[in-house]
Amino acid sequence: MIPRDTISTAIRAAKHQGRPAVVGFLTAGFPRRAGFRANLAAVAAACDVVEIGVPFTDPMADGTTIQRASFAALADGVTLRWILEEVRAVARPGAAPILLMSYLNPLLAYGLERLPQDAAAAGVAGFIVPDLPFEESADLAAALDRTGIALVQMVTPVTPPERLAMLCAAAQGFVYAVTMTGTTGRSAAVPADVLDYMDRVKRAATVPVCAGFGIRSRDQVALFGAHVDGVVVGSALVEALERGEDPAAFIAALR
Amino acid sequence: MNAARFPDQRGRYGKFGGRYVPETLVAALDRLQAGVDRHLHSADFQAEYHLELKTWVGRPTALTYADSLSRRWGARVWLKREDLAHTGAHKINNAIGQTLLAKRLGAKRIIAETGAGQHGVASAAAAARLGLPCVVYMGAVDVERQAPNVGRMKLMGATVVPVTSGDATLRAAIDEALRDWVSDPEGTYYSLGSAVGPHPYPYLVRELQSVIGREARTQMQEQAGALPDVAVACVGGGSNAIGLFHPFLDDAGVQLLGIEAGGRGAGLGDNAASLTFGTPGVLQGSYTLILQDADGQVRETHSVSAGLDYSGVGPEHAHLMSSGRVVYEAATDAEALSALTECAECEGILPAIETAHAFAGARRYAAAHPGARILIGCSGRGDKDMPILQRTILKDAV
Repeated sequence: MIPRDTISTAIRAAKHQGRPAVVGFLTAGFPRRAGFRANLAAVAAACDVVEIGVPFTDPMADGTTIQRASFAALADGVTLRWILEEVRAVARPGAAPILLMSYLNPLLAYGLERLPQDAAAAGVAGFIVPDLPFEESADLAAALDRTGIALVQMVTPVTPPERLAMLCAAAQGFVYAVTMTGTTGRSAAVPADVLDYMDRVKRAATVPVCAGFGIRSRDQVALFGAHVDGVVVGSALVEALERGEDPAAFIAALR
Repeated sequence: MNAARFPDQRGRYGKFGGRYVPETLVAALDRLQAGVDRHLHSADFQAEYHLELKTWVGRPTALTYADSLSRRWGARVWLKREDLAHTGAHKINNAIGQTLLAKRLGAKRIIAETGAGQHGVASAAAAARLGLPCVVYMGAVDVERQAPNVGRMKLMGATVVPVTSGDATLRAAIDEALRDWVSDPEGTYYSLGSAVGPHPYPYLVRELQSVIGREARTQMQEQAGALPDVAVACVGGGSNAIGLFHPFLDDAGVQLLGIEAGGRGAGLGDNAASLTFGTPGVLQGSYTLILQDADGQVRETHSVSAGLDYSGVGPEHAHLMSSGRVVYEAATDAEALSALTECAECEGILPAIETAHAFAGARRYAAAHPGARILIGCSGRGDKDMPILQRTILKDAV
């Protein structure tokens, strides 16, 4: 199986077991570099897909939790090169597929020539790049395609219908349906129109759909899980790791 | 070269520019682009804009022959007096234009970022004038070092939000303004203060600031009977510079010289000279030259001038440097402060510390080109800098 297909396969497998898939997010090297490998393994065991945040100095799409985690990780010396080494040590065929969430600039600095091989060798199945809209994504998508790595597309409640159709048609791995207009971390209210929007995304997509941004409670997971294939749990999980909680117990409590 | 050629349809200036934003902002930028296409060059909008420029901003601003500086430098020096514009700097040209556009686009509120506070003051003034609420994001470091401007914004009814994340200066303020806009992309208008950010901002800001160069070009012909040999402007994000330079781009005989903040020197973190010392990358919506480390992390900057203290630069400047049309150099903190003193003593004009960098660059040019006609973009006045000037230039006198 090529790397990007492991993502949709893992999400569908959860759905077939009658539960929404959980994509668990953790910022690389946070709260500390030293314990990251253990945290990554624990999140991978508890979740269907793992999303690792590559820290960046200007995380414009992120709220206070992931900003704080990013700045702390940078201060601790976390780099993309180090993250790939950590992933390589933890990733195993058949385990939860691993995606990297990175703003574009650290990827450009790493080099689009080297990145696809190095990421594939480490066991990375996909990338989420929050400041890279579809129109600017051709170079990175083509580079990642060389080693079968997904470039995950985000859609939002304010994405117009024709654009939604275009983005869903081009989606790889899963469609990341942002629950609200805003940054990550604030608890998402779930009015009916958000669920209508999730239904629209689901109808337009051929790959699975996961809802993300502000998902913190069991009720939210159940609500979104009835409309799409999975949820992304980010800031809430980062905060749990920061408090030293067991990620498996935290994720279990959401299901 | 044909100056009207850039940007292309995708917001590119050569390889620079573009639109690197979260998906949430794509539709908002599409709406802004449609609004710019529909209104910016319409007769109706231009009439309204120019009436405000004339009767509220106080345009055209003067072109002043700097007699003493000319004799001292052995050159002929003219100053384009944006320091005389309402609120004390060129920023108002852009702020009133964008706020007029925001009203036409049905915005409920204006947000802005500010470094030195000049775009914040200009945005607060324009929003008050046009009856819109205004929130200004300002790095906590800048709130402290540009305190007089914070008070001015508050008096004009704006809410000033100090930003403590990241470097707590202009870059962090832009990040926070973008986060605000992401939260309300439909009701909020983001009035960006420099020729940076995602397309169409660099274009929009250039078009609104080009009034500087158009006026100066005509005034030079009237007063000097000729175009300048060189036009000099300071460059942070680069809005006053692109406004001064753009109308001269097709005048092959006019050299263009941008002066960046050289800070303490050439080391990474010691300056804010993105063109002189930066490398290509994506920051805050645009592919441009940025001050970054080998891992693509954006580095903090240093400059005595809050308004130039920024890790990136407008994409059109990156293009104009790579095409060779504009030469960019850096002036250090010390050179800028020395030029500020000289201008104040010789001409009775206290320029902003940002602006003083242009004077420092012009002085260097004059030394190498005796007798040259030099046009300096006097982009703002230095009243706001008194707390810093008390601590630096005046410290021995107190």
